[in-house]
Amino acid sequence: MRIRLSFIFLLILVLLITLIFYKSLFEEKNYIPKNINNKIENILIKEFNTDNNFLLKNLFDEKEELMAINIWASWCLPCREEHKYIQNLSRIDNLKLVGLNYKDKTKNAQKFLEDFGNPFDIILSDTDGTKSIFLGAYGVPETLILDSELKILKKYIGPIDSNIVGEIKNLAN
Amino acid sequence: MKSFKFIFFFLFFIFFNLNNVYGENAKVDEISKNLRCLICQGQSVYDSQSEFALSVKTLILNKLESGSSEKDIYDFLKSKYGNWIVYEPEFNNYTLILWILPLFLFIFGGFLIARKVIINRDKNETYK
Repeated sequence: MRIRLSFIFLLILVLLITLIFYKSLFEEKNYIPKNINNKIENILIKEFNTDNNFLLKNLFDEKEELMAINIWASWCLPCREEHKYIQNLSRIDNLKLVGLNYKDKTKNAQKFLEDFGNPFDIILSDTDGTKSIFLGAYGVPETLILDSELKILKKYIGPIDSNIVGEIKNLAN
Repeated sequence: MKSFKFIFFFLFFIFFNLNNVYGENAKVDEISKNLRCLICQGQSVYDSQSEFALSVKTLILNKLESGSSEKDIYDFLKSKYGNWIVYEPEFNNYTLILWILPLFLFIFGGFLIARKVIINRDKNETYK
């Protein structure tokens, strides 16, 4: 009786571990915390290739209520792939499309824009990567959707695709 | 000639070690050792040379220079990336079990040992 009981216990344990491992196979590997403070400070960021500085909140035009910040760099290959979807984003009304050029050489970034087109309403520059930390970003490419109070509504880590473009379109309308 | 070469490499070595942007500030090292590099898990921000880690180190340096305290920096990063970024879990409702369980197991284990000892002692006494 004692042997059978421990056997059942062992079986349950093995099944449980198998279940946990099996489920974990399909889990997102990068941990994205949910309990983050969603509001971003109204920070000053330099415009790409000029000496102007902009406060994030001042970027909104009158009618616009949403802002998409796309973090990109010329050295980032997935950014090239997602560029056509960024162009789709630029066609959405009431959406301020902001590019944040991440740790890039001005010359290379300009070449990138010449080759693939410039869909952004405005491009800001983050030469040392510290501005991205304020946005709670992990790296390139990454796309954030902010409302007029600079609250993060959505955060897409990695390149965006047509599904995400659809999602953002729904948010904007 | 040999000694010249030696001195050259020696100076080269020293130059690159002292000229490390963050190496100058021991405080940055101290703080970044307690931070988990989020995109290269298994490494601390201090150990990592990823763009993310380098940015965090620059940010810590900037914050220290502008007079932020160590706690301010941890709180700032926690608000941006969650508690996960610090190695030591904070004591709160979510981590209660994590902190209490080892203590509980320790006491429980002690209880088991004590019981065993008492039983054995009783046995020994009866056999005497």
